[in-house]
Amino acid sequence: MKPAVDIHALNFSYGSVPTLSGIDLQVKEGEFLGIVGPNAGGKSTLLKLILGLLKPQSGHINVLGQTPCAASRLLGYVPQYPSFARDFPISVEQVVQLGRLGLDRNSGQRNGKWHTLWPGRVSGADREAIRHSLAEVEAGDIAKRQIGSLSGGQLQRVLLARALGGEPRILILDEPTANIDQRMESEIFDLLKALNARMTILVVSHDVAYISRYVSRVACINRTLVCHNTDAIDGNAIQELYGEQVRMIAHSH
Amino acid sequence: MDGFFTALLQHAFLQTAVATALLASIGCGIMGTYVVVKRIAFIAGGIAHSVLGGMGAAVYFGFEPLHGALPAAIAAALLIGWVRLHWHAQEDTLISALWAIGMAVGVLFIAKAPGYQANLMSYLFGNILLVPRESLWFMIALDLILLATVAAYHRQFLAVVFDEEFARLRGVPVGFFYLLLLVLVAVTVVLLIQVVGLILVLALLTLPAAVAGHYVHSLGRMMLIATLLGAALSIAGLALSYGPDLPAGPTIILLVGGVYVLSAMLAQILDRRRARVAAARGTWQGETGEQ
Repeated sequence: MKPAVDIHALNFSYGSVPTLSGIDLQVKEGEFLGIVGPNAGGKSTLLKLILGLLKPQSGHINVLGQTPCAASRLLGYVPQYPSFARDFPISVEQVVQLGRLGLDRNSGQRNGKWHTLWPGRVSGADREAIRHSLAEVEAGDIAKRQIGSLSGGQLQRVLLARALGGEPRILILDEPTANIDQRMESEIFDLLKALNARMTILVVSHDVAYISRYVSRVACINRTLVCHNTDAIDGNAIQELYGEQVRMIAHSH
Repeated sequence: MDGFFTALLQHAFLQTAVATALLASIGCGIMGTYVVVKRIAFIAGGIAHSVLGGMGAAVYFGFEPLHGALPAAIAAALLIGWVRLHWHAQEDTLISALWAIGMAVGVLFIAKAPGYQANLMSYLFGNILLVPRESLWFMIALDLILLATVAAYHRQFLAVVFDEEFARLRGVPVGFFYLLLLVLVAVTVVLLIQVVGLILVLALLTLPAAVAGHYVHSLGRMMLIATLLGAALSIAGLALSYGPDLPAGPTIILLVGGVYVLSAMLAQILDRRRARVAAARGTWQGETGEQ
């Protein structure tokens, strides 16, 4: 089977400082990959390269057998910092509805490249899918609310519903639990675990110990990338990644 | 004011002025809403002011100024949109440069226009009382283009004004729809120039939509209320200016500006009260241990 994401000899830099160098990564279909690493280590940059939002200076990225740009409609993305204003006059339902763009409104099939140039209305099938996505993230009760009135955790669920609305084959999340409390964090990861049954998931997190309970493999990024199976994460691996200064506290949940 | 309404029944030029105000407010409500939520008032200002270049050129070569305004506005919209999409460094400086260059070109053309010296003031500040009746057809056509395009593409426009990055991931050609949006803003600017002139356009474009945004929270409702508000305020301004023979454009703008300032203060007070009520409810829930 073709890998869901196949990255080979990838280099990227924003200016003169290299952000990622010599990255090789294969993600199998159905995998739940955690991506960890220190701040400014290049985690979000790697996601944006996979999504086709950034172009690498050299190397190859293949997503579901296509270029990242061609595959972007097969991906669901939950950004760390939403790139919209929180006071934008839009309801939760409408936000999720935008996730349906690029899908045929009756069959839900992905259409050709120019599909989004056609004038489009929201169809009954769309409404059904929107309801379903919101129910799946347990946010059905806030469908009519304004996004500006949501708590951090509610907004995160809505962004996840928006990503699910596009019926993605790969779900890509950047620090989905950075701004929410611990109880909600485990709820969201339990949900991702359930979703993993039908889609590949890539999730960036700063908390390697926490996500190792959920993911099948961890990629550690600090300019370069090293992969670990979750059972092999120990003090040495963490110290290698973060340097010597990390204070480790042995704990089990 | 009574005098105005009696005169309205008698004078065709006043009827044309009222029709102009009504037609312009449709564009102002629809596109003004996009300008406000997308926060591109500065870009709209750049488009509005560089239009003088086109009007000046039209006067110089002996055309109707309005016929120079439309191509100039569209060219300015495409140029500024291109700068915004592809030239990430110092986009605001570049837009200010286009803004000023457009005006300078216009002033030079008008100064050197042969024969009859066009009245620069009427382009800058508009003169709704001098709008020729034939212009109404032109304005109706522009309004229909606006309405048809927004009706067809409101979903794509919403995606682009709300979250460009996500729209791009969904395969929406963001550059195309962004430029289309700016071209429609340009069309609206040309509509509004008739009413208040190109200097004051920005206020009529943004303030009714901003006032609507204080009270309603969906794009559709903002458009409806901004259109009604724009129509009511520009006709009221016209009526107020008629008795004491004041210039109509600035009177309309002062009225719109006054309503905006009052509304902004009222919205602030309402927000604070809502926050106080919510905080009080929070304390009460804390005491009784309810969620």
